[in-house]
Amino acid sequence: MRLIEYKNVGEEVWYEKLYNGLTVLVVPKKNYSRTYAFFATNYGGCDRRFKLDGQWHDTPAGVAHFLEHKMFDLPDGSNALTTLSENGASPNAFTANGMTGYLFRCTDKFEENLTVLLNFVMTPYFTEESVAKEQGIIGQEIKMGEDSPARQLRQNLMRALYANHPVRDSIAGTVESIAEITPEVLYACHKAFYNPSNMVLCVSGNADPERVKQIVLDNVKTMGAEVPERDYGEEEGELPAKVRIEEEMAVAMPLFMFGAKLPFDADGRSFMKQLLTGELACEMLMGESSELYSQMYKDGLINRSFYCGTADFPGGAFTAAGGESKDPYAVMERVTEAAAKMAESGGEQLFERLKKAMLGSTIRALDSVENICHNEAEAFFHGYSSFEAKDILLSVSIEDCREFLRKYFAIERLAMSVIRPLGEK
Amino acid sequence: MDKIIRKIVMPGVTLLCLQTPKFKTGYFSVALQRQLCPENAAKDSIIPQILKRGCRRYPDMESLSAALDDLYGAVVEPIVRQRGEILCTGFCSSFVDDKYLPGEAKTLENTISLVAELLLDPATKDGLLNAEYVNSEKENICDEIRSRVNDKRVYASGRLREIMCADENYGTYAYGTLETAEKIQYIPLTKYYKESLAESNIYMFYCGSASPMRVELAVKEAFATLPRSEEYYDTSTEIRINADEPKYVTEEMDVLQGNLTIGFRMGEVMYRPNYAAMTVFNTVYGGGVTSKLFANVREKLSLCYYASSSVDSNKGIMTVSSGIDPAKYEEALAEILAQLDACRKGDISSKEFESAKSYVVASLRAYNDSAATMDDFYLGQELKGLIYDLDEYAGLVDMVELEDVVEIAKSVELDTVYFLKNRGEAV
Repeated sequence: MRLIEYKNVGEEVWYEKLYNGLTVLVVPKKNYSRTYAFFATNYGGCDRRFKLDGQWHDTPAGVAHFLEHKMFDLPDGSNALTTLSENGASPNAFTANGMTGYLFRCTDKFEENLTVLLNFVMTPYFTEESVAKEQGIIGQEIKMGEDSPARQLRQNLMRALYANHPVRDSIAGTVESIAEITPEVLYACHKAFYNPSNMVLCVSGNADPERVKQIVLDNVKTMGAEVPERDYGEEEGELPAKVRIEEEMAVAMPLFMFGAKLPFDADGRSFMKQLLTGELACEMLMGESSELYSQMYKDGLINRSFYCGTADFPGGAFTAAGGESKDPYAVMERVTEAAAKMAESGGEQLFERLKKAMLGSTIRALDSVENICHNEAEAFFHGYSSFEAKDILLSVSIEDCREFLRKYFAIERLAMSVIRPLGEK
Repeated sequence: MDKIIRKIVMPGVTLLCLQTPKFKTGYFSVALQRQLCPENAAKDSIIPQILKRGCRRYPDMESLSAALDDLYGAVVEPIVRQRGEILCTGFCSSFVDDKYLPGEAKTLENTISLVAELLLDPATKDGLLNAEYVNSEKENICDEIRSRVNDKRVYASGRLREIMCADENYGTYAYGTLETAEKIQYIPLTKYYKESLAESNIYMFYCGSASPMRVELAVKEAFATLPRSEEYYDTSTEIRINADEPKYVTEEMDVLQGNLTIGFRMGEVMYRPNYAAMTVFNTVYGGGVTSKLFANVREKLSLCYYASSSVDSNKGIMTVSSGIDPAKYEEALAEILAQLDACRKGDISSKEFESAKSYVVASLRAYNDSAATMDDFYLGQELKGLIYDLDEYAGLVDMVELEDVVEIAKSVELDTVYFLKNRGEAV
C-alpha cells in the first residue's frame, strides 16, 4: 500500500486502489484500544435518477435508506447486525444525502468482524416478505421523523430553497413512496451503486494496513463496473424557490432556520474551500465571539441553541443559521444588516483569531477515529483528502469571507423556515 | 494500559489523572457534587450557565470567546450530570496539545486557569452576580424546561420519573421546574453560589499527555483561592427496594407515534448491588441489538420502531422506552413484560448471554479511546465508592454468571407504566 504522511498534523494514511476498483484507506492510531471500519458507497437519498447502460432510471424517494436497512439480512437467514454484535462489535449504518455507510467499532476480533462487514454489504438478499415487513418498520421511523420539529424545520428550509433538487425530500422518503419499493428495485440499485468502483473502505485505530488489504482481497470478489451518472433535477437559480415556509407543531418556542443556496463546484478542493470560507465567515458574523451574537443574546433574541454554518449534499450546498427565537424575522434582519457592514470592512483581528480556533478544531477532530473515517470517505468521493483541510483553511483570506457574506447573506438570497407552537399563528 | 492516579489535592477535592500519549487533545473537568432536590435543582444547574457568561478578566461572552479562540479554539462548557440523586455541576474543557501548536502555547495551564477563573472569580457588580446574566440565563433555563416537550422520547422518560418518583428527589428534573426557576433572584443566588462553592465535595478529571505532577501543580495554582468550609456536604441517593401496586398513566399529545415507557424497581438485589451483573442483565434484556427487546419486540414482531432498557444502578431503577403505533399498546406492553419473564425463568440462551457479556466488555474497553467517556465512567465509580479502573471492571463483567443475571431479573419489580399517545383514540 502507498503511504501518505501528513506531518503537520502527525497522521499517516495508507492507500490503495485495488484491481477490482475498490479503494482502501487505513489510518493507524497508536495505543488505541479499538478499531473503526467504515464501508461506504457513493449513493444516498438524493441519488434517485441515474443513467446506467445508456438508460435513465427513476426511483422512488427513500430507496437508498431502505436498502441500508435491508442489507443486514443474509440468505442463510442470519442478520449481520446480530452477528457483529454477538461478536462483541458495535455495528451501525446510516444513509445521508450523498452516501450510505456501514460501520462497526470493536476492540477484539477485528479481522472476523471486517470479514462479516465486507460480505454482508456485497451480498444483496431481498424477498417480498422481508420488504413488506420493513415497510412497516420504516413507516414508523418516518412518522417519528415527522414528529421531530428539528427535522421538519430543516426539510422545510430545503423545500423553500430548492425548486427541483431531490434534497427537498426526506432521505427516508414517505410512507407512500416506500410503498412502491419492491425487491427488484432494491436489487437494481444495489447492482448499480454497490459496485467496488463506487465505494471506499476506511479503517482507523488499532489496525495493520497490509492485513486490511489482504482481508479485502480475500473477501471482495465483485469486479468494479460503470459508475452511474446522476441527475439532480433542472439547474437551480440563485434565489430561493420560496421565501418562507411556516408550520405549527408541538414545540415550546418557535424554531427557525434561514439560509441561502451555495453554488456547486465539481472540483473537490475548491468546493471544500468554499465550505470552509463559509464556516469562517459565519463565525465572524454571528459566531459566539462575534459582536452580533452577544448583542442578540443580550436582547433575548437568541439563546444557546443558536448555530450557523454550511453543509453540502450531492450537487449543491447551503449556508444557514438557526435556533430558537421569539422573533425569527428580527434575527434574520439583524444578520443581514451586520453582514452588509462586515462585508465592507473591519474584523481583521477577529478573522485571525477565528482561523486559529478553527485550526485547533481540525487538529482536535483527529482524535476521533469516526471523524477520520467519515471525513476521509466523503473527501474521497469528492476527489481530495480530509487531511488537506488544515492547508485549505490556511489559504482562506478575509476577502474571501467578506465576499461570501456580501453574496449569500444578502436578504434576497435568504429563505426562512419556522416551526411555531400550536395555535400561535 | 495507561494508569489512573487519584489524589486528594485540597480538602474535599479529588483529582483523577490519566496520562496517555495517544490524544492530540487534552481534557479537564471539574464537578461540584450537589444533592438533587426540588428546591435547589434549578439553582444548582443555572450557576455554571451564569458563570460561563464571564469572569472578572473576561467579563462578557465576546471577550471570553476571544480568549478561547486565542487558546486555539479551546472549549469550555458548563456541564450538569445527574447520577442517581446527585447532581454534578461544573465545567468540562478540552484543548489542543501544545505539541501540535507553534511556540509555547501552554494550553493545559492556560485552560485550567480559565476554568478556575470562571468558577471562582465571576464577573460581578457590587460583589453580586451580574443581574443581567442571571435573568437571561433564567430565561434560558425556563426555555430548556419548556423545550423538554420537543423530543417525545425524552419527554416521556421525564414524565415517567415524575410520576414514579413523585415523593423522591429522583423525580426532580435536573433543571428543576418552571416555578422554581422563575423564583431565582440574583442576590440570594449569590449567597447560594458562595456557599455551594465552599461546602461541596469536588471531583476533577484530567486526561492527556501531561504528567500528573504537572496537572496537580496547574490545578493547585489555578484553584488556590477556592474557599473550603470546615465540613462538606454529604450527598447520597435514597434507594427504594420495592415497588407498590403498579401505576398506569396515559397522557395525550399531538403526536403520530406513541411512546410507551415503563419503570421498574431493581428490588432486593440493591441490598448488595452487583453492578457488573446489572449491566449484563440490562444488555441481555434491552440494551443494544443482541437484546431480547430488540430481537423480539422490534425485529420479530415489528411492534415498535425502538425498544430499549436502561438501568440507573445508583438509584436502583430500570426504564424501558419504546416507540409504538398507539393501536398496539396492549400487545407491546405484554410482550415487553413477557421478555422480562423469560429472563426470570432463565430462558436466556448461552449465545444471548455470551454476546451480552462481550458487548459490555467491548464497550468498556472502547471507553479508553475517549476522554469524556472515561470522565463519566470514573465519576460514576467515585460516586459509588468503587475503586475499579476500566480494565478491572471489564474483568468483573467477564466473571458474571448466568445465575447472577437471573437473580437480578427475578428481583426486578414493575412500578409504573406511562403511555404518551395521540389525541382522541381510546386505548
